[in-house]
Amino acid sequence: MFDLKGYGPALAEGAVVTIELAFLSLALALTLGLLGASAKLSGNRVLIGVATIYTTLIRGVPDLVMMLLFYYGGQVAVNALSDYLWETREIDFFFQFDPFISGVVTIGLIFGAYMTETFRGAFLAVDAGQIEAAKAYGFSRWHTFRRVMIPQMLRHALPGIGNNWQVLLKTTALVSIIGLTDMVRVAEEAAKAERMPFHFFIPVAAVYLLLTAGSELFIKWLDKRANVGVVRGN
Amino acid sequence: MPDFMAEWLNENDIFNAMTLMEYWGGMVTTVQLVFLSLVIGLIIAVPLAILRTVRNPFVSGPIWLYTYLFRGTPLLIQLYIIYYGVAQTPGIHETFWWVIFREPFYPALLAFTLNTAAYTTEILRGAIIATPNGEIEAAKAYGMSWLLRMRRIILPNAARRAVQAYSNEVIFMLHASAIASVVTIIDLTGAARNIYSRFYAPFEAFIFVALLYMVLTFILVFAFRKLENYLLRHQRPANS
Repeated sequence: MFDLKGYGPALAEGAVVTIELAFLSLALALTLGLLGASAKLSGNRVLIGVATIYTTLIRGVPDLVMMLLFYYGGQVAVNALSDYLWETREIDFFFQFDPFISGVVTIGLIFGAYMTETFRGAFLAVDAGQIEAAKAYGFSRWHTFRRVMIPQMLRHALPGIGNNWQVLLKTTALVSIIGLTDMVRVAEEAAKAERMPFHFFIPVAAVYLLLTAGSELFIKWLDKRANVGVVRGN
Repeated sequence: MPDFMAEWLNENDIFNAMTLMEYWGGMVTTVQLVFLSLVIGLIIAVPLAILRTVRNPFVSGPIWLYTYLFRGTPLLIQLYIIYYGVAQTPGIHETFWWVIFREPFYPALLAFTLNTAAYTTEILRGAIIATPNGEIEAAKAYGMSWLLRMRRIILPNAARRAVQAYSNEVIFMLHASAIASVVTIIDLTGAARNIYSRFYAPFEAFIFVALLYMVLTFILVFAFRKLENYLLRHQRPANS
């Protein structure tokens, strides 16, 4: 193994932070995506409008700008709230807006918008006959949604979720810019201090490559499992 | 203009001529950086995509590796490797390359170009291998050479199939270019960060720049829709 000049443990810890960040953001994105897709397909004009504004706004703005806005803006908002509470009610309330939370919220929001589109397409791909059959069995709307729509939708959504996850994983690198000590940040500090950019960035790049390659295999396996009952025509 | 807006504009001391010029300068840098990297990236990607479809693994293998590495790692790391790496390359300070690469603009341009070329290569490759066999057979039956077939049949149709995915890549690149600000380039995001730190006004600085990016994005979306309509005009229903 080559020598990481004592930065090895810090890099490993940073890698764990990156992975935690990615999974928490994914959970938020999947939740928002499900809500967004349900809103878009609800037939309610207000809900459709809100979901459409959400996805359009997100697709127009760079992820980094959004992250900077949440991180710096979030702190200013907390400060203002804290001042207000102290002046009017004498309540002592303050917390430091940290980069990890800002990162999870931003990445979750961004990929929630992409997941919304993925889930929307997947819901539409579910055979209408399935829903009719559920109705004929006297399933309630919620029951149909949970027992029929969700399981069948997931199969169609899987490739899209996989693509979004791959992009999400690489987006986590941006959180180092607002000061999170993930592996990119550690590598940057080490590279500057030791004047050895390749030495520290290439291992980090390799970890990302490992993560994306591993995910690719896992998603392929999931996809195979999910489509086990489907005959691929050609 | 509504009264409250006029009042707000009069009272604010952030959006004066100076800061607006800063935003404008940032916009010019962003557009230059994105436009140049996309154009150069596309020029590199076309031959790479063609060679990537060649059966010989010694030809397609290295190109596969290149696209795999650049698509599997974050652009930010590629930028750091090139930006810090170039300055650390032994002996570069004596050559004329140093004059160019001393400016952060060129390492960033190189990183963005290599990144977008990798993605574009894969998009084009997908479009090329999707060519219906019948088209190739027909071209062969007309006695077209490989080069003529590529030029007249395969590439034009591949371009039609690729344009939608490519428009996503262009928008992705515009958004990804925001990271240029971390290597001290004053692009749109860089200008916003400067203005934020001068006035400690995150909402004004970043929401304004978000709106500017949105305008750029929607111009691109509109332009690509026009292009798509033009390229696919033969598929338009009659009398419409």
